[in-house]
Amino acid sequence: MQAPVELRGVSFAYGSGELRRLVLREVDLRVEPGEIVILTGPSGSGKTTLLTLIGALRAMQQGSARVLGQELMGAGEAARVRLRRRIGFIFQNHNLLGFLTARQNVAMALELDGALSERERLARAGAMLEAVGLAEHSEKHPAQLSGGQRQRVAIARALAGGPGLILADEPTAALDKQTGQEVVRLLRDLAKGRGVPILLVTHDPRILDLADRIVAMEDGRIVQGAPERAR
Amino acid sequence: MNEIPAPAALLPWAPERTGEAAPAPERRPPAALAELGLALRLAWRQLRAERARLATAIAGVMFACVLVFMQLGFKGALFDSATNLLQALRADLFLWHPLTEASFRPERMPRSRAHQALADPEVVRAIPVYLAQLPLRNPETGTKRAVQVIGFDAAAGALRFPGIEQVAEALTRPDTFAFDLRSRPEFGPLPRLFNERGPFMVELNGRAMELVGLVEIGPSFGADGNVVMSEVNFRRVFERRPSHIDLVAIQLAEGADPAAVQARLRALLPGDVSVLTHAELVQKERRYWEDGTPIGFIFLFGSVMGLVVGMVIVYQILFADIAGHLGEYATLKAMGYTDGYLARVVLGAALILAVVGFIPGFLLCLFLYDFVAGATFLPLVMTAERALGVFLLIFGMCFAAGLLAIRKLRDANPADMF
Ligand SMILES: Nc1ncnc2c1ncn2[C@@H]1O[C@H](COP(=O)(O)OP(=O)(O)OP(=O)(O)O)[C@@H](O)[C@H]1O
Ligand SMILES: [Mg+2]
Repeated sequence: MQAPVELRGVSFAYGSGELRRLVLREVDLRVEPGEIVILTGPSGSGKTTLLTLIGALRAMQQGSARVLGQELMGAGEAARVRLRRRIGFIFQNHNLLGFLTARQNVAMALELDGALSERERLARAGAMLEAVGLAEHSEKHPAQLSGGQRQRVAIARALAGGPGLILADEPTAALDKQTGQEVVRLLRDLAKGRGVPILLVTHDPRILDLADRIVAMEDGRIVQGAPERAR
Repeated sequence: MNEIPAPAALLPWAPERTGEAAPAPERRPPAALAELGLALRLAWRQLRAERARLATAIAGVMFACVLVFMQLGFKGALFDSATNLLQALRADLFLWHPLTEASFRPERMPRSRAHQALADPEVVRAIPVYLAQLPLRNPETGTKRAVQVIGFDAAAGALRFPGIEQVAEALTRPDTFAFDLRSRPEFGPLPRLFNERGPFMVELNGRAMELVGLVEIGPSFGADGNVVMSEVNFRRVFERRPSHIDLVAIQLAEGADPAAVQARLRALLPGDVSVLTHAELVQKERRYWEDGTPIGFIFLFGSVMGLVVGMVIVYQILFADIAGHLGEYATLKAMGYTDGYLARVVLGAALILAVVGFIPGFLLCLFLYDFVAGATFLPLVMTAERALGVFLLIFGMCFAAGLLAIRKLRDANPADMF
């Protein structure tokens, strides 16, 4: 059975020549279907870098990464863009489009799907907002929403397109602890209900217990929770 | 043989058995046109969100639009009016001196050329025309101003323009003339006075002459007003030798082919005359003003400046819009929007600005054309051709601004978003 994320020997360095800095060293990581994995580790340990590689936001340098069945090593820009459409991203900042309403923001995740009509897109976006508990806020602009509400819109947007994988990088960093926990709990429940695996980076100890598995990184290596090589 | 299709093999993922979510299928990309529509809508929503910025951009496009329309309008009106005189003089063919560059400064040719042209069997009439500029005294203020005088045998009918038939009879009397009712007002209210009290005396070149009628020609570059009189009166007023004339108007037999006669006359007549059709005559005069003077360049320069300023404004707005939304653009890239799609959003914004700036600019110019035409007697007319041409220029201007602004999209890097 194929895992949604399967990394083998992934290494990555920023810069070149004298300035070359290795930030990922031989990383192996596997995320099982429907699994919720939290990635932690000290600042600078390479968590974000790893997430951008898995999310096809950066070109791979070394190793092998199969994400949703697509090998990323040597994949071209077009293939990476196509893969991104099947991944839901949740950023530290919500990054909603300020000039669109909550519902229109969520619908943006569906506009790349030619099979849907405008009505279907808006209906699905509305249903998604309802699922994150924002049904009555769907016509508001991000500026009119609280931080937690915005992040919930971002969750709705990430899930709307029916992704095969959710990637989140410190989604609670901009929120107070209470709200942060609520938001991640919501994300987890929705993903579990849909069987979507999540790879989530966080420093926040309060949300660690929401994970199926915790993977710790240090200095570009996975130090805990790494899969055994021979499997 | 009726083969029952084998049951579809289990999907590589079997959610119902493994509890695994099906990987999201590859999505069908939207049709190109639908995608363009979505990009345009996104561009419009973004533009609409920042009212002040949108207003600035529209003002910029309007500015360029008005400037280009006015420059083209003035240019067209000036060149049109430059040829008003020749435009009004209608005959089948004309003879004039090959060295004559413009009607206000004609070279003379021997009068005998008119008679020689009659040798062609299809030439019915060939009448000599005299052109000169002489001072006309304003009967109200007493000031003098040069007026274009056209002397020819009006009764012969070879040279036609609006109003000439009605005055032809009166012009045969000694010391009479007809006045162009579209002359500039500096000559005094001659048409009004004539309509009120009929013929009256006006001083032309120091000689009292009777104004006996009105014709319609229009002022041109070289002349603020026009006066028409008979050949005989002309020679009397100007004391000019009849042997040298400025222009010959030729009337052809019914059904004659002007091109054929033109070719025959060219062969027949000596090299000191050129044989021109009316269109060629007007074209020649127009080219003198367009090429022989810096006027055309001045207007071109003005138009280009307007477009450059407009482009810079639109570019600034688009650039600011991208720079202010780099995070959002990067997010869209992370969501799987291609660079090409986002480029279309920016170009869409540029083209929307072209349209929403052009429409008010165009309407404003319609008003300004009327206003200027009333104030300066320059015939500013909005033609569909010009409107379309300016729209294409504005469109191109905004497109270029959009292309420049697109480069800023490269700074939206989705990898920096985490
Ligand atoms: N674009 C970049 N260019 C050069 N070096 C970078 C770049 N991004 C990150 N780095 C460096 O790579 C290392 C790993 O960065 P990364 O962002 O992956 O760490 P992180 O684990 O996400 O840290 P944090 O917990 O602080 O977010 C750091 O030392 C960082 O300085
Ligand atoms: Mg990080």
